Amino acid sequence: MEKVDVKICYGTMCYVMGGSHLEMLKDHIPAEWADRVHISASPCLDLCHNTENGKAPFVSVNGKIVSEANIEKVISTIKVVIKDGLYQ
Amino acid sequence: MAYTNNATLIRRELITRLAKLIMDDRLDEIDRIPLEMAPRNSKQESRCCPHKTRAVLKYRIMALLGFNIADEDDELTPLRDYAQRAIDRTEQAEGVLTVVDEACTSCHKKNYVVSNLCRGCVARPCMMNCPKDAINFVSGQAQIDPDKCVNCGICKNECPYHAIIYVPIPCEEVCPVNAISKDEEGIEHIDYSKCIDCGKCMIACPFGAIMAKSQLVGTLQSIKSEKPTVAIVAPSILGQFKAEYGQIANAIKQLGFDEVLEVASGAVDTATHEAEEFGEKMDEGQKFMTTSCCPAYVQAVKKHMPEVNEFVSHTPTPMHYTAKMAKEKMPDCTTVFFGPCIAKQSEGRMDPYVDYVMTFEELGSLFVAKGVDVLNCSDETPEGELPVTGRWFAESGGVTRSVLNYLPEETNIKQMAINGLDKKQITFLKKFPKLKMETNFIEVMACEGGCISGPGIVCNPKVAKRLLSKYMTK
Repeated sequence: MEKVDVKICYGTMCYVMGGSHLEMLKDHIPAEWADRVHISASPCLDLCHNTENGKAPFVSVNGKIVSEANIEKVISTIKVVIKDGLYQ
Repeated sequence: MAYTNNATLIRRELITRLAKLIMDDRLDEIDRIPLEMAPRNSKQESRCCPHKTRAVLKYRIMALLGFNIADEDDELTPLRDYAQRAIDRTEQAEGVLTVVDEACTSCHKKNYVVSNLCRGCVARPCMMNCPKDAINFVSGQAQIDPDKCVNCGICKNECPYHAIIYVPIPCEEVCPVNAISKDEEGIEHIDYSKCIDCGKCMIACPFGAIMAKSQLVGTLQSIKSEKPTVAIVAPSILGQFKAEYGQIANAIKQLGFDEVLEVASGAVDTATHEAEEFGEKMDEGQKFMTTSCCPAYVQAVKKHMPEVNEFVSHTPTPMHYTAKMAKEKMPDCTTVFFGPCIAKQSEGRMDPYVDYVMTFEELGSLFVAKGVDVLNCSDETPEGELPVTGRWFAESGGVTRSVLNYLPEETNIKQMAINGLDKKQITFLKKFPKLKMETNFIEVMACEGGCISGPGIVCNPKVAKRLLSKYMTK
């Protein structure tokens, strides 16, 4: 089964605007999904330069952009992907 | 403990916007910032209307320019004028923290409130037991007269339905020294003769009504000037950006600083001298010694704990030693300290070697304003020995560990750490000289967790602790 690809933006803008706590995302992924989610730290995803993307911090979940990201928002997006197989 | 919330993020956006205008020499556009951040048709409004938001933003910028909000003489004075005054100024007004009165009116005047769970019962123990006769019944529910209420809390304890609740006033609740209190209008005021600049109220206020006055203008003016500017960075920086120290140092250079020094190297000096001083003091028969590197604690001793004064170490702080190194190397340089701390600003004003004091939050905002991405910077570091023992200063317990490292093995040391200074700890410390305890070395940090949890941080303290851990064992 293909894994859900979660990229956390570690660009300075995202970090300063409150993204640092996303480092703890891994600890909050429900155990039953652990082997279905791949989390990686990415250098600047270059999303902050376009206001249409919303505000930092950004996380990409299978290409779907989560703006003003927090752990809850990211997990619910992962949930949608796992349940409905969206954004592949 | 500092955490991220909307009030914090708005402050970071303000710092970024202001820094960008200063860097680009566009300060004449400063009055546009509140308009851009709160457009007339903005939907998401947590204050009453965009106009109120703009007014609050204006005053928050005034604080970032280094002014006390209470010093406003004419409401019509545009930010442009304040910006010019900030550039021309040679001295700063008293205090580090300032209250944005426009934003501060939302807290209940008294701590006890009757909720709509009140059944208007027959027994009415709240009313019967109120020592000040402050409770009446209106439309079948209890009502507290704020003019009579003395916040004793008896009514809350008496109510069988738990219908009376305690509503804290966040800033007053966290202030360890009762330096902030309401005036007749219900607006908070800081008494600078009591304030220890710890910044806890700033972090606690949900309305962003307390601001630390910034030295941003002076710092950026200095970078633009001919004279060299040296950044000296506190040990806790290693937990602030998910990057190697070299990358952070090179990012700071991209901002225009000529050199970057780790305060951890000054911390090695502090630890060495403090270890020596401890040995001497114990030989002289002194009962105990406390650390001196936390400026909020040192101010608390001066203003509130005279009985502890003689026990505080006389060793200068890591910031002092590092700034001195910088000035000895380059006598005409301007030194800018970057740290997690707000109280450091008042220490810096007294220290002849320190010119400006900034926070990590401001540093992060400067990176964003200048478009510097820390992870894209080279991790090349200048050669030389790493100040590992000095880096330990960043978290609670670390100063003791570092001092222990420089003490002879046979030293009789019984240490204790005050991890976070609150009202209780202050009472304890005041009593300590009279207590019969074996403890002879007390490390005091005003912020719980140590400097990595300071009010001026960017990174979540839990994450910072993880990032720092790899430097702790090296």
